[in-house]
Amino acid sequence: MKYRLGIDVGGTNTDAVIIDESLNIVAGVKMPTTLDVTTGINNAIKKVLVESQINKHEIDYAMLGTTHCTNAIVERKGLCRVGIIRIAAPATFSIRPMPDWPESLREAIGDNIHIIKGGYEFDGREITQLDYQEIRNVAKQLKGKVDTIALTAVFSPVRNDHEYEVESILREELGDIPISKSSEIASVGLIERENATILNAALHTVATRTVEGFKAGLKQEGISDAELYLCQNDGTLMSADYAQRYPILTIACGPTNSIRGASYLSQNQNAIVLDVGGTTTDIGVIMSGFPRESSLAVTIGGARTNFRMPDITAIGVGGGTLIKEIGDNVVVGPESVGYQITEKSLIFGGDTLTTSDIAVRLGMMDLGDPALVSHIDEGFAKKALSEWMRLINEGVDRMKISAEPVPVILVGGGSVLVTDELEGISEIIRPNHFPVANAVGSAISQVSGEINRVFSLVEMTRDEALDSAKSTAIDEAVKAGAEPKSIEIQEVEDIPLAYHPGNATRIRVKAVGDLCQ
Amino acid sequence: MRLIDEKAIEKIALGAALLGTGGGGDPYIGKLMAIEAIRQYGPVQMLDPSEVPDDAFVVPTAMMGAPTVLIEKIANGKEFDVIIDHLEKYTGQKVFATLPIEAGGVNSMLPFAVAAKLGIPIVDCDGMGRAFPELQMVTFHLDGITTSPMVVTDEKGNSMIVETINNNWSETLARTATITMGGSVMISIYSMFGHQLKKSAIYNTLTLAENIGAAITDKQDTDVLPIDRMIDFVDGYKLFTGKIVDILRETRQGFNFGKAKIAGINDDKGESCEVDFQNENLVVMKGDEVLATTPDLITIVDLETGVPITTEALKYGRRVVVVGLRCDEKWRTKKGIDTVGPRYFKYDIDYVPIEERVKGVQ
Repeated sequence: MKYRLGIDVGGTNTDAVIIDESLNIVAGVKMPTTLDVTTGINNAIKKVLVESQINKHEIDYAMLGTTHCTNAIVERKGLCRVGIIRIAAPATFSIRPMPDWPESLREAIGDNIHIIKGGYEFDGREITQLDYQEIRNVAKQLKGKVDTIALTAVFSPVRNDHEYEVESILREELGDIPISKSSEIASVGLIERENATILNAALHTVATRTVEGFKAGLKQEGISDAELYLCQNDGTLMSADYAQRYPILTIACGPTNSIRGASYLSQNQNAIVLDVGGTTTDIGVIMSGFPRESSLAVTIGGARTNFRMPDITAIGVGGGTLIKEIGDNVVVGPESVGYQITEKSLIFGGDTLTTSDIAVRLGMMDLGDPALVSHIDEGFAKKALSEWMRLINEGVDRMKISAEPVPVILVGGGSVLVTDELEGISEIIRPNHFPVANAVGSAISQVSGEINRVFSLVEMTRDEALDSAKSTAIDEAVKAGAEPKSIEIQEVEDIPLAYHPGNATRIRVKAVGDLCQ
Repeated sequence: MRLIDEKAIEKIALGAALLGTGGGGDPYIGKLMAIEAIRQYGPVQMLDPSEVPDDAFVVPTAMMGAPTVLIEKIANGKEFDVIIDHLEKYTGQKVFATLPIEAGGVNSMLPFAVAAKLGIPIVDCDGMGRAFPELQMVTFHLDGITTSPMVVTDEKGNSMIVETINNNWSETLARTATITMGGSVMISIYSMFGHQLKKSAIYNTLTLAENIGAAITDKQDTDVLPIDRMIDFVDGYKLFTGKIVDILRETRQGFNFGKAKIAGINDDKGESCEVDFQNENLVVMKGDEVLATTPDLITIVDLETGVPITTEALKYGRRVVVVGLRCDEKWRTKKGIDTVGPRYFKYDIDYVPIEERVKGVQ
């Protein structure tokens, strides 16, 4: 038998599951997340191995979905010094890079900023030609001062040649320094894309350490034959090597994992997913087996970005959410006791009234000591319940795209708080293993291959170019470890470039498949 | 005269989004340009229109083209030095101050960047009191002020002075140049003298935007919803409260046409409402009854935060309030209604001032 180990690090808990080659769940555990993250991961691995009683050497793949990168940005810890090069002059001088970032984050990144000649118009014409001597001078100035480089050219999502040319000249001058290119990371919107690219470059060391730490943890537990992957926020995996190049793509992989895990556990490809944790209820949408992406700018650690992120609404209702009586009203949250629920809530002998206390009082769940909450007035408890159900109903409704009823899948440790009184939905699904759906999502992740480049349509037709791009994406997916028969084309984007020398089109194709067993 | 600093800019940007009536482009990039210029050159002097001498030469400044190009190919910042230089040489006049052509959206912000960089004052007024999509939809046009000489400049340093036989030709020629120059250019237009400005401008719209922004973000009184504070302040109308249940969109000739359908909640439970937009919000209906039309201001704001929502960001499920504001009296003349009234936008509806419509419905 062959197995996979899936891990998901959340704000409150670190979950681990072992699944077998037919994707059945063998064991699933929940352990508290630790301050250093890595200890919590090791504890979860240890426990899931004991519970599953499998042969460690039969674990083929180990997948990690982690908050390391998010935490590093939020806490400004372990970030690289980034050389920031914008290929844009004479455009864009009126807003310099990192314009509205918090001072502490700017300081962590450093002040090595250069705006150089180049970049494109909206239709692919050059704003100005590159100046090779200028690029070499910038490289000399950055030498020894920065750990990584972030390159952003105006309209590079339309045409990215300048980013590649500048990269190759920098390589000649600076050797194998890590370089992040904006066209590979985000879409139109210069400041937001540049922000995402700078953050990506800043995360290089954190990503390397995360991978090394995960490797060491696995080795310590005697798992020596597993291939190692990190989860991305689109529900696919990346190799350790790839993770060091695109660490920002791991941000928000947690909600993605729970959405995909919920979908897998309930065998439902189109639904709304509610993941109720200790602090919040995250509401997402699964469409054809993948999370719906957000169409709005997302702020990370105070920096506004526009790279792909799952579309999530977080509501301040979780197992540790505070309940207060103000006048005649019951107020639910948004504050929470979070991971301190086992010390602070009434059922555990604490002095703070939480949603869990109310749920125990109303007999909805069995946790702590019910005698400690028997004094709560039943009418009050019911009022609190209907208030948090109102908040959740509003959140669910906000995520729907039409008035049509849709199925809802409930997962997460706190999902017992949600009653069947949900509105505008066709059915409520509470799958088995619901508390560890996120780790299941991590374990069942697929692999992808992608191509993103400009095709000249002088010697081939548009259809030939699309076919060629698709077969390249499929080859890339196979290289990443996908089972050829399982590969499907997930996304095709085709942007024709007017005024480009020769008739040309930029094609982006993503192919997704299951890992080979 | 008073000084406008970074904090004031944040508030004006938020208020400008309300006056943008759903269109005008996101003020975000304009706000960043203004803040960066103020950081570098110091706060901007803002004059009341009454403080502008009659013979002073004043110049509205703006961007022209697609706001979606501006968010990628941001301006150099020197475009306005070039514009002012050309204009002064061409007219022989010394530029005394600048002002926004529209108080809503991205163009409400750019003149602050111009004023900071060039060290000239900005005048607390504009030519719309809101946002509109076409160059002739300004009060200056109603009073016969000409767009010429119009100056158009790109970030590369190319520029042209456009001298035309009427204001429509300026629009046509400048549009064509804008595309060739890369889709987004900086312009000056409707340059005029102090006495003309005092007669034709809509007064104190920047202060209005700042106060609206302050009312929305005021953290003092948390018992009152931001939306109620703001309505109270502007003496506006809470036309409808509800949940967006459908959005219909269509792009025709570069304009975003559409309709937002809203189902009532709270006081409006059981009722339904429709907001029609063409870049900006133009007509609100409650059932079969018209609640408000252009040129009165119609903006959809978030129920909880009071933050204005652009037509691009309207989404199923959002809880919103449709807010109505009286437009300036200048728009309520025959020429004003002909230029920007509901019939100009092809609605078979006569313009009736919002205050009368609301009275009728109640």
